[in-house]
Amino acid sequence: MLNSSIRLSVDIGGTFTDVVLDKGDALISTKVLTTHQTPENAIIEGMSYVCKKSGVNPEQISQIIHGTTLATNALIERRGAKTALITTKGFRDVIEMRTESRFEQYDLNLTLPDPLLPRNFRYTIDERMQADGKVLIPLNCQKLDLLVNEIKAAGFESIAIGLLHSYANDAHETMIAKVLAERIPDAMVSVSSQVSPQMREYERFNTTIANAYIKPLMKSYLSRLKERLANEHANCPIFLMHSGGGIISLENAAEFPVRLVESGPAGGAVFAAHIAARHGLDKVLSFDMGGTTAKICLIKDQTPKTARAFEVARTYRFKKGSGMPISIPVIDMVEIGAGGGSLAHVDSMCQIRVGPESAGSEPGPACYNRSGLEPAVTDADLVLGKLDPTNFAGGSIILDPLASKTALQLHLGNALNMNAQTAAFGLSEVVDENMANAARVHAVENGEDLSEFTMIAFGGAAPLHAGRLCEKLGIKRMLVPTGAGVGSAIGFLCAPFSFEANRSQFMRLSYFDANAIKVILNDLNSEATTFVRSCNPSAPIAAEFKVYMRYSGQGWEIPVQLTKAQAQTPDVDTFQALFEREYTLLFGRIVDGLDVEITVWSVNATTPAQAVTPVEAIQTLQALTTEKTRALFDPSLEIVTTAAELPRADLTPGQQIGGPAVITEDETTVVVPTSRVATGLSDGTIDVSEKRVP
Amino acid sequence: MYSKSTRPQPSNVQYQVMWNRLISVVEEQAQALVRTAFSTSVREAGDLSAGVYDKDGKMLAQAVTGTPGHVNAMADAVAHFIRRIRPENFASGDIYITNDPWEGTGHLHDITIVTPSFYGEKFVGFFACTAHVVDIGGRGFGADANSVYEEGLYIPIMKFASRGTVDETLIKIIRGNVREPDQLVGDIYALATCNEIGHRRLIEMMDEFSLSDICGISDFILTNSRRATLERINSLVRGVAQGEMRSDGYSHPVDLRVKLSIQKDRILCDFSDTSGLDKKGINCPLVYTKAYACYALKCAIAPDIPNNAASLAPFEIIAPENTIVNALHPAPVALRHVIGHMVPDAVYAALDQLLPNLVPAEGAGCLCNFQVSLRPRTDVQAPLNARRAEVLTFNSGGSGARPKLDGMNATAFPSGVMTMPVEATEQVGPVIIWRKELRPDSGGVGRHRGGLGQFMEVGAQEGHEFDIQAMFDRLDHPANGRQGGGMGAPTTIALDNGTAMKGKGKQFVPHGHRVLMAFPGGAGYGPLAERNRAEILRDLAAGYISAEAAIDFYGLDVATVSDTLSKAKKGHVF
Repeated sequence: MLNSSIRLSVDIGGTFTDVVLDKGDALISTKVLTTHQTPENAIIEGMSYVCKKSGVNPEQISQIIHGTTLATNALIERRGAKTALITTKGFRDVIEMRTESRFEQYDLNLTLPDPLLPRNFRYTIDERMQADGKVLIPLNCQKLDLLVNEIKAAGFESIAIGLLHSYANDAHETMIAKVLAERIPDAMVSVSSQVSPQMREYERFNTTIANAYIKPLMKSYLSRLKERLANEHANCPIFLMHSGGGIISLENAAEFPVRLVESGPAGGAVFAAHIAARHGLDKVLSFDMGGTTAKICLIKDQTPKTARAFEVARTYRFKKGSGMPISIPVIDMVEIGAGGGSLAHVDSMCQIRVGPESAGSEPGPACYNRSGLEPAVTDADLVLGKLDPTNFAGGSIILDPLASKTALQLHLGNALNMNAQTAAFGLSEVVDENMANAARVHAVENGEDLSEFTMIAFGGAAPLHAGRLCEKLGIKRMLVPTGAGVGSAIGFLCAPFSFEANRSQFMRLSYFDANAIKVILNDLNSEATTFVRSCNPSAPIAAEFKVYMRYSGQGWEIPVQLTKAQAQTPDVDTFQALFEREYTLLFGRIVDGLDVEITVWSVNATTPAQAVTPVEAIQTLQALTTEKTRALFDPSLEIVTTAAELPRADLTPGQQIGGPAVITEDETTVVVPTSRVATGLSDGTIDVSEKRVP
Repeated sequence: MYSKSTRPQPSNVQYQVMWNRLISVVEEQAQALVRTAFSTSVREAGDLSAGVYDKDGKMLAQAVTGTPGHVNAMADAVAHFIRRIRPENFASGDIYITNDPWEGTGHLHDITIVTPSFYGEKFVGFFACTAHVVDIGGRGFGADANSVYEEGLYIPIMKFASRGTVDETLIKIIRGNVREPDQLVGDIYALATCNEIGHRRLIEMMDEFSLSDICGISDFILTNSRRATLERINSLVRGVAQGEMRSDGYSHPVDLRVKLSIQKDRILCDFSDTSGLDKKGINCPLVYTKAYACYALKCAIAPDIPNNAASLAPFEIIAPENTIVNALHPAPVALRHVIGHMVPDAVYAALDQLLPNLVPAEGAGCLCNFQVSLRPRTDVQAPLNARRAEVLTFNSGGSGARPKLDGMNATAFPSGVMTMPVEATEQVGPVIIWRKELRPDSGGVGRHRGGLGQFMEVGAQEGHEFDIQAMFDRLDHPANGRQGGGMGAPTTIALDNGTAMKGKGKQFVPHGHRVLMAFPGGAGYGPLAERNRAEILRDLAAGYISAEAAIDFYGLDVATVSDTLSKAKKGHVF
């Protein structure tokens, strides 16, 4: 990507649409309210604003990169198309039977989420593949004909095809897709062996159905968007951010819209990875906290951690298992119901509980004085002195500390025999502890020790809580980059073109077949590379090879990275050694004498990451003093301190201010605990690190 | 306000944080076990448990995993370890083990590992965990044993590792007595690893809060939990009620009878008059009965109070010795879950009389599990690539309808384990699951319908024959409705040529044949006359009920039925 070109990125969120124009030498950004009915309107509005502000004509824009929650929201709100499923006879109810378990063990009135498609939208056909891909029962074409008649008569707009073991042999799925294309050309078709060629029928079918379900909606939105932008003379290519952190063409996004789910948070992780690269950091914890949720992601070697599956549309307090599984390549993050608007109450054990219920923007926290009566995280932040009531969101909302105190006293303090301030402290500690616990569990699941990590904090609420979170997690250094309020949209501008091709196929190392491995990895490589090439005709494309391995008999695989040479000339001893190294890192010791197997093969083709300009080191430090102070509660010391207060602009490169301090800007406030010192870096980032013992 | 250095003990807010932390620690502990375990029962189905204890053996927190059956059993187990090994013999680096059904969690297939936790030189508490392993030798996992001696290797409470050194003699004995030695030893190491992870997190927490012991946080947790639990119990109307339920048993039908009394500060379940022991391995040690009785009560009365010594203590469960719910050594107990999973239905039969409109109708109860042992066919020459394999599956019938909701289709209750994906199961061995889908008309009728059971068909790949180890109940005693609701459908099992099969025990399936199974539905709740018509139409459109049932039981006329079905066919949403 040329630096001289002008690019635009757009992130449509639930409340705001963020638009960032990259002129090469400067970023111009704006936030406009999301227009839910016609999301393209907000984009046009935002684009006009940033173009005008920077003196750019839309026709000068060479590339638009877009991420959106529309796909996610359509799934959450069940606003998809009339969709049918065709599946193997005997397996009509896979998406309804799920894992046959209850995600909340103690709730007698538990309601399981409805499957995306009701039972009468799910059709079966005579056919069957064996686990190794051998045809057990050939596809019955006569019955298929009758079935297609029935589906046609019912008027489905979109059709998902999910057959058992199709990841091992897609012949029957492909035949059905062909017949549908001929017989019902208007219907859109999604095929499980293309959407998500991975073993485990529930996840694969559900992912395919989700794709089919949102496809008409997303396809129509994307073509409208293209047209509207063209009308505004923005005729450039449009690309979409996908959940795995790369960008894909508009056409491909329209074909596989399920890949757009969670593209906004993925952009946030890419943003953090970019900051990590700029600062030369190999181990980063990205912490993105907004109004409703907090997202936490591990970034090693400037690459966000990826996974092959996640869960969307959780229906029950963000609880694992209460949503639906989507198995596509995705940036691996934990999302918990902890944001500025999260509400608090006291439970029967006299414990303070926070979230996942959120006050949202309406009515908002008690301090908004918009009839919200329950205390939210923002109320605690205000009472503890982290926020300035007259300068919240650049002064656009005046906060009422009295309303916060009343809510805290009434809902927490009275039950716990505490004053409002201690209640605020309790609330704040509980939400910080929730986030810290989520980060700890995520780190353990990945075999990482957080004390070696640097935190990168962005999103409106993150800089208020990040300092305390670092104390809790034993993290010594935290960075708050500029543009933190529109981090995801900036992330889109940093993302490479990339595509990850996966295949489920078992191979034990005792039956190691070097030729078969070469064929699999070559096929995946050409699939992924061809795809990226279709988005970008000239950039160099690099391929990353990965296999997922485990001891034969285990249920969880661990990813093992291969070099190009290792992938092209596979060698059994190398594979064994690579696996044992990763396993030891994660779990401490290997298990002797057991066979190892490969379960999933993966090739990620990608254009080079955007070149980064390393941040110049600060040569001389200068301690800053300010006149202005503010009373700030320090939760670690449990005392009210006198904190220095200064606008972010004052913390120029090399300037330092010791905690306790608050650094204010329009979109957020950086809270510097007593244990930390804040330093302005040459790229405008604020570094908040542990004070050195003198 | 005071500063940290002068404070005599942690503040209320800090204790709140620590309690949250301990709950998070045991969840991490359980997660580590799932990640490293070998047995499918642990890694796929979540049949495991993990917890942290104070130095007196009182449980402070337990991970919420797939198995309520481990709840109380785990809470009691550590006390047995303290008694048998004795505190003066505890040392840093020690790891203790047992699979004693009576001092662990109810059958030999559950391995319990307990690790004392030391802060520096000081002994501060324990971590314990339990997991269900697929094989422990003996006859294999099934109901056919006549005594516990036939059910597998017995490991008394002993040191697995002493001051960091693993007992190699024990490992050799274990390896020599089980079918899958690598996997079992791998699982034991996974259990030890998971306690180690819990221990590390505890020490980090103690450092962070400058604690030298966990007595303070233990008091805080137990005091608050006790108070909250007693508040709930004492808000209930006191009274006594008798409940019962009947299931198939193995040799003879089994009656579970419970006298439940809500008293000041406690709820007592007395299982006097319950059937005696069965000859075969479905007998239930009291620890396991307690776990499920307690689980049933907690769901109904105090669902949100975390499990710990204090929140469990007010629920008292007693039963005469050598009733089927208090089987003593050496009764066979391998499938104690078949009885244990029925206990909540008996408890709810009583509780419903005291606290109406709270508990569900009877459901499928015990899990519908089976194991297949595949081998090359023996009737004629088998193909060269034919092989042996053991495949275990976990499946669920329907749950009972609730006072305000239908039952859940094909969803485990009271157990909370998961099923395995069919595609994963078929990768384990040459088995073919031909069918796994909902069973229409199996949910009991009522104002709220019982959850549907499921159909399954299992066979083998070409060239193989197999034994099926059946572990089913409710063939002769389907789930009973509550408050006028109808019965759920019973379990059925037969060969594809119509040959009848038994609900329990090992049975041969010749080459080329399949076993056809229909798992039971949950019962209905309330009179059918009160069922919402829109729900009946939806059930018909979805095929949860057949046209025949809609006419015969639900009273729809023929025209409505055909209209509904034709709309459903046209893709109407109901």
